[in-house]
Amino acid sequence: MAGLELLSDQGYRLDGRKATELRKVQARMGVFSQADGSAYIEQGNTKALAVVYGPHEVRGSRSRTLHDRAVINCQYSMATFSTAERKRRPHGDRKSAEMSLHLKQTFEAAVMTQLYPRSQIDIYVKILQSDGGNYSVCVNAATLAVIDAGIPMRDYVCACTVGFVDETPLADLCYAEEGGGGSSLALALLPRGGQIALLQMDAMTACKGVSKVLDEVVRQHLQDVSVLTRE
Amino acid sequence: MATVQVSEAEKVYILHGIRDDLRVDGRSCEDYRHMEIETDVVSNTDGSAKVTLGHTVVLVGIKAEIGKPRPMVPDEGYLEFFVDCSANATPEFEGRGGEELGTELSNTLYKVFNNKRSLDMKSLCISPGEHCWLLYVDVLLLQCDGNLYDAISIAVKAALFNTKIPRVHISADDEGGKEIELSDDPYDCVRINVENVPCIVTLCKVGHRHVVDATLQEKACSVASLIISVTHKGTVTCVRKVGGGSLDPESIFEMTEAGKRVGKALHAPLMKLLQQEESLGKKRQKVGFLG
Repeated sequence: MAGLELLSDQGYRLDGRKATELRKVQARMGVFSQADGSAYIEQGNTKALAVVYGPHEVRGSRSRTLHDRAVINCQYSMATFSTAERKRRPHGDRKSAEMSLHLKQTFEAAVMTQLYPRSQIDIYVKILQSDGGNYSVCVNAATLAVIDAGIPMRDYVCACTVGFVDETPLADLCYAEEGGGGSSLALALLPRGGQIALLQMDAMTACKGVSKVLDEVVRQHLQDVSVLTRE
Repeated sequence: MATVQVSEAEKVYILHGIRDDLRVDGRSCEDYRHMEIETDVVSNTDGSAKVTLGHTVVLVGIKAEIGKPRPMVPDEGYLEFFVDCSANATPEFEGRGGEELGTELSNTLYKVFNNKRSLDMKSLCISPGEHCWLLYVDVLLLQCDGNLYDAISIAVKAALFNTKIPRVHISADDEGGKEIELSDDPYDCVRINVENVPCIVTLCKVGHRHVVDATLQEKACSVASLIISVTHKGTVTCVRKVGGGSLDPESIFEMTEAGKRVGKALHAPLMKLLQQEESLGKKRQKVGFLG
């Protein structure tokens, strides 16, 4: 890759972190009073707000109702001013539709939906400022918001991204590293059981690398959990 | 806008309270709720502000881009408004649900702010007929608890105050064309004069009186409201009736007078606060949503 050196010879990254170091995580729960649950999280310069409404009666068409569990409804959106170049609309594009779907799948795995048959839980996540790792920050924010709403979960979902540069896995990528051309892996984890709720790998990593990357993410994430729960 | 259900008894209670100049939360008819303002909250923008008014939370981000001036006014820049009623505020805004309200709000913002009497549009011009600054003012509604217009207008004014536009140098190249060069120094920037920027005061007619900064419950009891934009001198720049219901000319006159009074009183503390925050500079501890 030309120009940018993602990992210096001394083992430091662009922002001065070590390879396995996370960015500074700051979080707050109960930001808004009208929603049933809300949380705000900052991971470095990526900032996200998550809001949870429900469980409540299924809104809109009745046909979506599930008789044995709750419907999880997610919407991912980005503020128009969140990126360096202004976005034309906050949601409705392909990328955010994909993100919404991933969030939905992740939280269907984590929330104990069978406790609320015929109802709906809304999870809305908004990126206020984007600097890489949007998906994982969203998952972390949404987890805190679900906890704030008091909805039972099998486990706290935690997510992180990992990149791969010259055989070295880098935890919690920032925007420059994400765009740096290397491969990246997003992982959402149910840490207590070590279960994986979402796994998505972009670009190509050598096969032998994957297990190393996975192991790295899992280890990092156990740390991340302790940071979040202390808050 | 979390729909509120107000029973008949509650309505009577609110109405009688307002008649006696004592509202449900203890305010008098011309009082605002507790307001919090913070500028420079989103570092990706050129200017930003977060305003909390009661439970209403609004975030405004301004991005400056170089564009082409409009043919009718070649020596002026312009503003673009976009209001995002996000699903965070209420599930009703999910998908396209918030678009209608968003358009209504942004159209009002165009009328109030996008003219040369509120802002010096000529200062946004880089080279007449070719290049100008266009400011994208993006409003994000995060929680709705009534009185959106006032909260948004205050947030827009604060964000405009906070906006730093990079200084540009125009140099002519060999073929006589112009070359635009942005200053490399991040502190070398131009500020916008917000002295004449108006603030919106919404007055809700409840019973025979009118109230400032109505909550959702009070709004549910009101017939109609009047939005008035007022500058720091007390000049009324825009008046609009919003909502269903009708108002008689006499009460519109009274409401305009009250709006002028309240609006004029709003500007001085707002500017004082903004300047105070500005003077702290880098020493200021940023709170954002963490506080």
